[in-house]
Amino acid sequence: MRIGVVTFPGSLDDRDAARAVRECGGEAVALWHGDADLKGVDAVILPGGFSYGDYLRCGAIARFAPVMDALVPAAKGGLPVLGICNGFQVLTESHLLPGALIRNDHRKFNCVDQRLVVENASTAWTSDFEAGQEITIVLKNGEGGYVADERTLDELEGEGRVVFRYVTDAEGRNPNGSYRDIAGITNARGNVVGLMPHPEHAVEAGYGPSLDGRGFFTSIITQTLESAANA
Amino acid sequence: MSDTQTVQQAPAAPVLDTVEHAAGTPDVEQPWAELGLKPDEYANIREIIGRRPTIAELAMYSVMWSEHCSYKSSKIHFKLWGENTTDEMREKLLVGIGENAGVVDIGDGWAVTFKVESHNHPSYIEPYQGAATGVGGIIRDIMSMGARPIAVMDPLRFGNLHHPDTQRVLPGVVAGVGGYGNCIGLPNIGGEVVFDDCYQGNPLVNALCVGAMRVEDIHLAKASGVGNKVILFGAKTGGDGIGGVSVLASETFDEGGPTKRPAVQVGDPFAEKVLIECCLDLYKAGVVDGIQDLGGAGLSCATSELASNGDGGMQVELDLVPLRDASLQPQEILMSESQERMMAVVEPKHLDEFMAITDKWDVEATVIGEVTDGEHLVITWHGETIVDVPPRSVAHEGPTYDRPLARPAYLDELNASGAASLGRPETGDDIRAQLLTLLGSPNLCDKSWITDQYDRYVLGNTALAQPDDSGVVRVDEETGRGVAVSTDCNGRFAKLDPYAGAQLALAEAYRNVATAGAAPLAVTDCLNFGSPEDPGVMWQFREAIRGIAEGCKFLGIPVTGGNVSFYNQTGDVAIHPTPVIGVLGVMDDVSKRSGSGFRSEDAHVYLLGTTRDELDGSEWAHVVHKHLGGHPPKVDLAAEQALGRVLVEAARAGIVEAAHDLSEGGLAIALAEACMRHGVGVTIDGLDRVGVDDEGNALDAFTALFSESSARALVAVPAGHAAELEALLGDVPHARIGVTGGRDLEVTGVFTASIAELKAAHEFTLPAVFGA
Repeated sequence: MRIGVVTFPGSLDDRDAARAVRECGGEAVALWHGDADLKGVDAVILPGGFSYGDYLRCGAIARFAPVMDALVPAAKGGLPVLGICNGFQVLTESHLLPGALIRNDHRKFNCVDQRLVVENASTAWTSDFEAGQEITIVLKNGEGGYVADERTLDELEGEGRVVFRYVTDAEGRNPNGSYRDIAGITNARGNVVGLMPHPEHAVEAGYGPSLDGRGFFTSIITQTLESAANA
Repeated sequence: MSDTQTVQQAPAAPVLDTVEHAAGTPDVEQPWAELGLKPDEYANIREIIGRRPTIAELAMYSVMWSEHCSYKSSKIHFKLWGENTTDEMREKLLVGIGENAGVVDIGDGWAVTFKVESHNHPSYIEPYQGAATGVGGIIRDIMSMGARPIAVMDPLRFGNLHHPDTQRVLPGVVAGVGGYGNCIGLPNIGGEVVFDDCYQGNPLVNALCVGAMRVEDIHLAKASGVGNKVILFGAKTGGDGIGGVSVLASETFDEGGPTKRPAVQVGDPFAEKVLIECCLDLYKAGVVDGIQDLGGAGLSCATSELASNGDGGMQVELDLVPLRDASLQPQEILMSESQERMMAVVEPKHLDEFMAITDKWDVEATVIGEVTDGEHLVITWHGETIVDVPPRSVAHEGPTYDRPLARPAYLDELNASGAASLGRPETGDDIRAQLLTLLGSPNLCDKSWITDQYDRYVLGNTALAQPDDSGVVRVDEETGRGVAVSTDCNGRFAKLDPYAGAQLALAEAYRNVATAGAAPLAVTDCLNFGSPEDPGVMWQFREAIRGIAEGCKFLGIPVTGGNVSFYNQTGDVAIHPTPVIGVLGVMDDVSKRSGSGFRSEDAHVYLLGTTRDELDGSEWAHVVHKHLGGHPPKVDLAAEQALGRVLVEAARAGIVEAAHDLSEGGLAIALAEACMRHGVGVTIDGLDRVGVDDEGNALDAFTALFSESSARALVAVPAGHAAELEALLGDVPHARIGVTGGRDLEVTGVFTASIAELKAAHEFTLPAVFGA
């Protein structure tokens, strides 16, 4: 079970994502932004961070990295891909997922232990959760407001492609102004998942708000092992 | 085409002030005063080099002999560090004061380096960039020791929360700290936020960074080995931050050159993130012989310090420095404080590998010179010599002042006016009301509006962060070995008595580290004071250093380095003396750290330490009566040590449910914070066991709750472990004062407040001022 973790210049949570893969029983394989080579991995994680400094729109430059030339067709062919935070931004910039992430509505970076509801437990990265399950993982970003046009939002909802929603506060507000409280989505096939919160910071006792992040990694590892067994 | 050629023709260049030119024109008027040099300092430079300095040499001396770089007013007092460092303390030090940062041995082959620095003045002028580059600068100091930076902390002090200028400065500083730290990917695990009128116009923005490496990977800033290459790598050099450490000399330098530049630098955290990874690859490849970051005084500092620390001379071709602005003059290039730059000394045989690694990270690297067998630092500009100086005279042999010092006259009156005369609350309801007032006061209120703007999780090793007593991070992922760091200072105590105040800051940081369960190991300090030209300030400074040095000797933990920031004053009014102390401690396994909040019901709550009637300079006197006077609480370092031992042993034994230091606001605030942390209440039925007065009678409820006696902590242990804790206590004074449970803070017979009420008082202060 080999899971690639891409490092762009400015990636920050790449070592954390690799550690989470190992903690959950997988093998982490380092992928380099400058190489259009996925090294034959079974799945890929685009980690959090500020790729290329994100001085332009977040993820706008990473999209053009050589590694994406290999990743985009592979993802379209069914390779499981998880984009976390900056990785989610890269996925929307690459049009592997619809919509965009914009500056938080309160204009500040925000780091909190965030409650989410898992709405779709049948994607490659969420099969170890139950639909409707509430989890708490870390949310930390400055540009996490998910936006899309009404038609796209309706389509996402209609097709069950909203994977995670924020649990709102007492006043009904989500932490960044995301439309319809959307925290994460998937593509039609269910192999590409992007979300703003960080599952890799909730996999080890004592180092994060919970162990709820493990489900992301065990889902893909279990699934890939099963498909390997069936092959 | 002739038209184009006409357009491109440069204006007639002014005569280059070469060494030869300087020797032949001894009487040229030089802008030494505008550059911040004193007449005798200028004369001294002429004497050292035997002629008038060139303008480039003058630029170098002026920045390197500035107060910021040369410590000219403070270093005469630094001998107190050495005099108070025992051999036993030295054993833990792998690298001591004087290098970019001190390094200590934390066991299992791991070394940790940490340091706190100030970026006060730039942050007042340009809050975002000032704070951001403060973080960037301290991170480069840590990188240059060979370490991977693993965490940052920011002790911040502002003027009155409700002053309009605080609303300009604070959001910018916080966004700058977050903007840089978040983007570079270092967890921000703690620090302080303090408001006091004395910091109006002089906010203090201190930045601390911790780094870790294997002992054998320590690198030093020295240029040795004749023929070794001097490489400048990282960002290009621009016109930002020229004279940031001294004074900008605009008239002279602007003639025909770039327009006036701000003296504040501009940060690029992405460039620094790439630089970190690039440096770590360079260290791993073993291709770096000596390394120095470029911070204050830029190339002037890096070249002269590297050469001064080495065993030969250095030759630098300044025209090879990659520039963002081609019109920069050589003296400006030497003074520029452009960020995200490093300088390495590399053996020729490693040059290709060095360049391959910088290429991989798209980091620009340029050989600009080499180590020579001479004794001078020689800098050329298109083949002509513009600097030829003994490097030690620039870097290490600057002026030293023994400035006059005198105990301020106002102190007698200040010390005579204690808190005993202040009206105290008499009923339980009054006590409850004052507790709620204190909980919402600027210094004690919830700081998450600020700290939630910082990423505390990145790197995945954070075991504890604000609002707990210390930041705790794992260093070794196999064993869990890691470090705890806390920074503290109560400027009011230091104002009342700088010697005791500095020791109380040391004691509090020491206690906070122990409270988390870590054994205190080493100290860094950021000494923020007013003008050294004021004998009263100089006396405060001397007293504070003496307090820290003697306190460290008693506790057996060495000072590893730090920073002095003078001139934090407006007109005649200086800030409170603010010696911020950072203490670093070690844990074998950070997963055993103690958090500050009650977690479950029916845990036994103990108060450890001695409580006396000590309210002079307290948060209660400050908030309720706007009063400052009297004497700070008694310093008892033996008691701190005994308390620390218990806290560390109890954490190691795995019996601690929660541990929380008592400081500002005393027991009342500590209890409220411990309840609010995880929403678990407590019933205090043993308030009469907290302490006794001079006659041996139990302290009254108010004094027991709000006194700020030092060397105290709250500890909660599951009922089944109470006997185990008591067995560890030895002669540490203690009382079992209550039991956790419920949703209230109940002090039997005095008051009850629900956690919801406590939170309502605590959480809205900053959002009310700065918006949600």
